[in-house]
Amino acid sequence: MLLIECPYCGPRAEIEFSYGGEAHIDRPGPEVSEEEWASFLYLRENTKGVLAERWRHAHGCGRFFNALRDTRTDEFKAFYEMGEKRPDAEKKEGEGA
Amino acid sequence: MSKTFRLSGYGRVDRSRPVTFLFDGKPVKGYAGDTVASALLADGRHLMGRSFKYHRPRGPVSAGSDEPNALIGVGEGARHTPNLRATQVEVHEGLVAISQNRLPSLRFDVGIVNTLASPFLPAGFYYKTFMWPHGFWDKVYEPLIRRASGLGKAPTAPDPDEYGLHYAHCDVLVAGAGPAGLAAALAAGKTGVRVILCDENPEFGGALLSDSHSLIDGVAAAQWVARTVAELEKLPNVQLLTRCSAFNYGPHNMVALNQRLTDHLASAPVGMPRERIWQVRAKEVVLAAGSLERPLVFEGNDRPGILLASAARTYLQRYGVLCGRKAVVMTADDAAYRVAIEMAEAGLKIVAVADLRANPDSAVVAEARARGIKVLPSTTIQRAHGHYRVGAVELAPVSADGAVGKGRTVSCDLVLMSGGFTPSLHLHCQARGALTYDDKLGVYLPGDSVEHVRSAGSCRGVYALDAVLRDGAEAGLNAAGGEGDLPVWTVTRQDQPGEGGFAGALPRRGPGHLALAFVDFQNDVTAKDVKLAVREGFQSIEHVKRYTTTGMATDQGKSSNVNALAIVSKTLQRAPQKVGLTTYRPPYTPVTFGAFASHARGDQFDPLRLAPADGWARAHGAVFEDVGLWRRARYFPRAGEDMLAAVTRECRMVRKTAGIFDASTLGKIEVVGPDAAEFMNRFYINGWTKLGVGKCRYGLVCRDNGFVYDDGVVGRVAKDRFHVTTTTGGAAGVLNMMEDYLQTEWADLDVWLTSITEEWGVIALQGPKAREILAPLVDGLDISAEAMPHMFLKEGTIGGIPMRLFRVSFTGELGYEINVPSGRMREVWDRVWAAGQPHGLTPYGTESMHVLRAEKGYLIVGQETDGTATPGDVGCGWAISKIKPDFIGKKALALPALNAPDRLQMVGVLTDDPHYVLEEGMQLVAAPQMQAPASADGHITSSYFSPALNRSIAIAMVKGGRSRMGATLYAPRLDAAAVRVTLVDPVFYDPEGARVNG
Repeated sequence: MLLIECPYCGPRAEIEFSYGGEAHIDRPGPEVSEEEWASFLYLRENTKGVLAERWRHAHGCGRFFNALRDTRTDEFKAFYEMGEKRPDAEKKEGEGA
Repeated sequence: MSKTFRLSGYGRVDRSRPVTFLFDGKPVKGYAGDTVASALLADGRHLMGRSFKYHRPRGPVSAGSDEPNALIGVGEGARHTPNLRATQVEVHEGLVAISQNRLPSLRFDVGIVNTLASPFLPAGFYYKTFMWPHGFWDKVYEPLIRRASGLGKAPTAPDPDEYGLHYAHCDVLVAGAGPAGLAAALAAGKTGVRVILCDENPEFGGALLSDSHSLIDGVAAAQWVARTVAELEKLPNVQLLTRCSAFNYGPHNMVALNQRLTDHLASAPVGMPRERIWQVRAKEVVLAAGSLERPLVFEGNDRPGILLASAARTYLQRYGVLCGRKAVVMTADDAAYRVAIEMAEAGLKIVAVADLRANPDSAVVAEARARGIKVLPSTTIQRAHGHYRVGAVELAPVSADGAVGKGRTVSCDLVLMSGGFTPSLHLHCQARGALTYDDKLGVYLPGDSVEHVRSAGSCRGVYALDAVLRDGAEAGLNAAGGEGDLPVWTVTRQDQPGEGGFAGALPRRGPGHLALAFVDFQNDVTAKDVKLAVREGFQSIEHVKRYTTTGMATDQGKSSNVNALAIVSKTLQRAPQKVGLTTYRPPYTPVTFGAFASHARGDQFDPLRLAPADGWARAHGAVFEDVGLWRRARYFPRAGEDMLAAVTRECRMVRKTAGIFDASTLGKIEVVGPDAAEFMNRFYINGWTKLGVGKCRYGLVCRDNGFVYDDGVVGRVAKDRFHVTTTTGGAAGVLNMMEDYLQTEWADLDVWLTSITEEWGVIALQGPKAREILAPLVDGLDISAEAMPHMFLKEGTIGGIPMRLFRVSFTGELGYEINVPSGRMREVWDRVWAAGQPHGLTPYGTESMHVLRAEKGYLIVGQETDGTATPGDVGCGWAISKIKPDFIGKKALALPALNAPDRLQMVGVLTDDPHYVLEEGMQLVAAPQMQAPASADGHITSSYFSPALNRSIAIAMVKGGRSRMGATLYAPRLDAAAVRVTLVDPVFYDPEGARVNG
């Protein structure tokens, strides 16, 4: 079970959280082309490596936040708030949870 | 013969506490501290089971959790546990154990014919043979095969025992309490960090308990163990867990332990769980899992009386049991020589030590020779003879090129084998650790892991005792942070591990087409099975494993993996590191299902959500159904009524007078804040700006892909406050989705979301008499048709209790949903019930609710919709706001594909026969008889007998359905002619809506 560090509550077990998929996907307005809309809906990076992803502390504070996780190892590189820029993963190499 | 194999002066069993237990119905004597295996061996009995496939007589090959052969059933009735390893089951007074997989008895077993048939039962036999005729597998072959093969029988009664679950945190978890684990735990513990040390055995010490040779700091190894454990016990920050196996290594250092608490006791203390699962989150983990001696693969190597050399040593040194009288030792490494020396000292006649190597010459070999033990270099066992017990072996010379010459047969009742030691990598691999192949040792060793884990001692190929202790201490100290004193011990006497070891099948004379040389004892997989699999084209070790089933038994291939790998490697002429190992999966050793289930069974399996009128419903004879976690009243049968009769009566009463229904399970969310209306506008497909305070609107939620996600009535309580309802099952999902958009997309909005499902109890009062019943109860609130039309909302009190009163209807009748604080709902319910009696107020359940709404063509999200239906598909296109600049789903709903005329659309369906009720899920096709493969025009989503229409009705999703009113379709059946149906408008009852507005 993953150990996830909610930026508001601290490290908690994975069962307290719900997964929110890839982060930093901007929802476009209805004025975009159909292709752009389809890409927003369905196209994801499927990263092998460090992925920015969303989590919600559903059974805690209820807040959404972002995390950088290495999908090969499940190692978390960083946790950060919604709206923050994606941190540089390499700087935190070897530090995760 | 009783006790003749028990030696005085040896062993750690408590001779002052004799114990009698039953094995296959007959009493067996042993001592406290014995296992079933050691007690039977003390009686000279090696035969303890029959093998899985060939029913070969089998005895223990090991003395621990790696045992593949001696599987027994323990306990009686509901407490019977099958497939336990006799080598681990501790005896106690009154223990009842049985052998398995034999018919009628262990010595006379009819299944042995499988051995005679073994030339015809090669690898993949079942795949190849039982393919025909079609249908025979389920009815004939499988039951026969299952009866003839397999393991013990599971009990059929519920498990009467309790099991515990415990979460724990520590700085350092040490798995395994042999020399490395003890050293690690002490080194870490002395720094003051929190340490948990666990070991699967009843005593700490591991191999040291069987080691009478080594001296540490001048004392015997077992004495050092006692001293070290005493030191650990003094440390308050160290938790010691015996009989506790680390069986699963999960992500982020979450390690699961299985602690066995009562099975070894003659009578368990009241209230103590039988087993306990520990979920340990450790900052650092030290794996001190040790290593397992490898069996050698030769013809007849499974005969009872053929054991691992280290196992025989354990039976002697821990249990005081000599495994036989006259032994041949077959080895490829030095460790077996120490065993030979000790066993000879104890009175065993060693016929010879046969060594596969040409020049064994280490100190211990010289010592053996000096003690007069005959050493035969360059020698192999061609074949072992015997049936219930090994009686003789043919020892044959091996030349440098591997050719085996003619040998001579020597008699013996015991063969001790040693192919060297395989590090236990299971937990390291579960921790997603890499493996590196060590050419010198001929085994895989743990490499890097992504987890905070390190291995110490022989599980990483460190074998000499002094090195093991140092390795353990360093691992423990480093895991604890590296600050502190490294404990140092001096090993004053020990054997140096020599070169050697062997993996694969021993060389033999002749092709051995008929030879049964076992690689995986438990699954009866032989060397020729593995070779055959490779010849048939299975080159990946994972494929060989599945085709032959080697390594797939409950022992997880502990003794067989490396031998199977070596055989594949040799057959393919490919280096072992190019062949690889199969995946190690949890559990390391089998874990009782009860332990996994823990408290989560019976009433504790899931939380049960009770609606506020649940007690009333029970008192009024309701039949219940589970809806998610909710228990809901389905219908209220009167004497002699079945469901149809009860539902028909309930529905008629709702339409004739009034019905009362507990609707509290509806999901409810309060949306509050200055931007609440804007939030609603963006979230729902409907427009909300113009909805006045005190009014309600039916709202539909889509996902951004344009498909319906949830629905429900929304009331505007105040300008900045919406009382949102969702479906019963959708409440959590809708709130999560609301939070998602609010927190991540619309940070500009000033809105709060609160789940109020549990706060408000909801009484649905529906029917033409509803107003008459309710009006006197609402403390003067004007609920007349003029003051409170359909889809209006008022706040007030009911008998002094705060109330949000919605005039809404899911039945098509005049109706109200009375929202009151759920803790007081029962009072209100009782008052409404009493007031309704003169009018014939009738309770109704979810079944009638479904029928009533279907008569009105109201959709249920998740029943009519399946995640691919748009609002337009289900007849709710009117709800889509045309003027909002954006909302969830807007872009998608404008896409041509989501507006195609041939999409599945919601329609009503009537059968020609008014009494025939269609099955939900039935397909609808164009003609009564279709040539397969035929595609369907649609399918039935809801189907009931309608009391209002006195005929069957159904709702369906049909391609282009709304433009096909009056069309004929057919619902095919498996066992009868297709049912002819006509497409109609889905509003079957009161289409003009006069009643709901009454």
